[in-house]
Amino acid sequence: MEKVATRDAYGKTLVELGKTNENIVVLDADLSGSTKTISFKKEFPDRFFNMGIAEQNLIGTAVGFAAAGKIPFASTFAMFATGRAFEIIRNSVCYPKMNVKICATHAGITVGEDGASHQALEDIACMRAIPNMTIINPADSVSTREAVLQAARYQGPVYIRLGRAKVPVIYEPSSLQFEIGKGIQLEEGKDAAVIATGVMVAEALKAREILKEEGIEIKVIDIHTIKPIDEELILKAAQQTGAVVTAEEHNIIGGLGSAVAELLAEHCPTPMKRIGVKDTFGESGSGEELMKKYGLTAQDIVQAVKEVVKMK
Amino acid sequence: MKEKDLERLKKIAAEIRQDIIQSIHKAGSGHPGGSLSAADIVTALYFYKMKVEPENPKWEERDRFILSKGHAAPVLYAALARKGFFPREELFKLRKLNAMLQGHPDMKGTPGVEMSTGSLGQGFSASIGMGLALKLDKRESRIYVLLGDGEMQEGIVWEAGMAAAHYQLDNLTAILDYNGLQIDGKNDDVMRIQPIAQKWESFGWNVLEIDGHCFEEIIEALEQAEKTKGRPTMIIAKTIKGKGVSFMENAPDWHGKAPNDEETQIALRELGGVQG
Ligand SMILES: Cc1ncc(C[n+]2csc(CCOP(=O)(O)OP(=O)(O)O)c2C)c(N)n1
Ligand SMILES: [Mg+2]
Repeated sequence: MEKVATRDAYGKTLVELGKTNENIVVLDADLSGSTKTISFKKEFPDRFFNMGIAEQNLIGTAVGFAAAGKIPFASTFAMFATGRAFEIIRNSVCYPKMNVKICATHAGITVGEDGASHQALEDIACMRAIPNMTIINPADSVSTREAVLQAARYQGPVYIRLGRAKVPVIYEPSSLQFEIGKGIQLEEGKDAAVIATGVMVAEALKAREILKEEGIEIKVIDIHTIKPIDEELILKAAQQTGAVVTAEEHNIIGGLGSAVAELLAEHCPTPMKRIGVKDTFGESGSGEELMKKYGLTAQDIVQAVKEVVKMK
Repeated sequence: MKEKDLERLKKIAAEIRQDIIQSIHKAGSGHPGGSLSAADIVTALYFYKMKVEPENPKWEERDRFILSKGHAAPVLYAALARKGFFPREELFKLRKLNAMLQGHPDMKGTPGVEMSTGSLGQGFSASIGMGLALKLDKRESRIYVLLGDGEMQEGIVWEAGMAAAHYQLDNLTAILDYNGLQIDGKNDDVMRIQPIAQKWESFGWNVLEIDGHCFEEIIEALEQAEKTKGRPTMIIAKTIKGKGVSFMENAPDWHGKAPNDEETQIALRELGGVQG
């Protein structure tokens, strides 16, 4: 399967946007080569602003741009965007519902060798707790392009979570039906529903193949928009299968697993397992090794599905 | 400083630079540029100035060094290994799964590391609290903190700088590794920090400007800082990013990537050969 980093798709899409919309401005914090905003800088130097290593001011400045009618895309690593600038995002971006797009790269454990200080595993949780925030965690480069294009059209704060590593391309550009707030059911199945986001969607598809051999059929759902979450699709999947597994490259606290658990607990209590980093910090190692060590592989999903099916 | 001390420090710094290159090469990733630019400063601190006891890393009377620009971990690790805080073999497992030496300094897992850093600006802030605590305890120990010039763009650096002057933190010596480069290019192009000496002076700091690759100047400045009462000292050390390896010097490209086999051989040769 072809592999492309979601951040690469982000850089390209920014250029595409820049050509058609003069209101797009891009801000970065000394990481333009890594976040790929450098592509936009090369095409539109006048609309690119490097704010230096100052993430609070990165977001604060984006707020001002939005207040003056521009559509700012602010980028840095997920750790620093949602961490260092958190309260500015809360009070200056989300409270006044500013049209700021925060596109953060290097989220999750697949950051790899840089280690725990750089592996954002709580960014979704932090962003999810703020009213007015829309959160998108695309599974591949094709859906990243759609997410970025639609974020530009959407009025209000958006957080797009992107990765460092190359990830499998799972969508066809021509057939992808992407809409903010609507999950995508990729595969049908009656025994359990695997609800995944980001890089874990590809793992869920692999898990489906393994389980099929053993006679277990799972639905695979891509929840690219974690907030507002597609309640209808998730409730339907829970009702139809009676067993749910969530999968995310994030702490099991506060992310997709929590969002799904909250929904099901109130509206459709269903046996459930959460795949994610189990409330611990990461460490240095290759992305692949870390996915294994922290239980984020297709095999872990397979295991969880088998357990949850027994709980029915 | 005596001639034989100077020769000794130069030799140690060269060997530390070799360890930086070899450990990053083995890791396959990491930050050589900013590690090499800080090698002489870190050598002067650990092998001339600071009181530390490797066999007793938590000795209460020790001086403390905080690497606020945590991505330069390889220079700190090389110095700590050579001091005897942990075996040198650890250097060559840098950034590997389950290894002790993390991509960025981890005080919980590595003896001799005084503060977990990697997110820029935070180590400097922590040094203020450490300095205040040592004063409360009436200890003579000193705090040394190393910052990058790009790092200096962080707001927290200036908040900490204000506090250090306000609390007359004369047990604190900050050193700016002024190599002129950050990731996206020159500080001057990305986000100007000049006039940097005047900024720190206006914040109430004692400011000294030196050549960060000249041991006589580094040590003279560290001693002047120690004698200065009533305010913290900022040593602005002019350095060369990638210092000692011709193709890495002043090259923004070498901020955060590992040399391949051939580049490693060339680098080690330029630095005076491979150690046993
Ligand atoms: C808060 C924060 N923002 C961004 C980064 C990513 N980053 C790591 S090193 C670096 C550049 C540092 O430049 P400088 O301080 O000049 O270091 P040096 O040149 O000494 O390597 C950046 C932006 C980070 N580690 N922490
Ligand atoms: Mg620098």
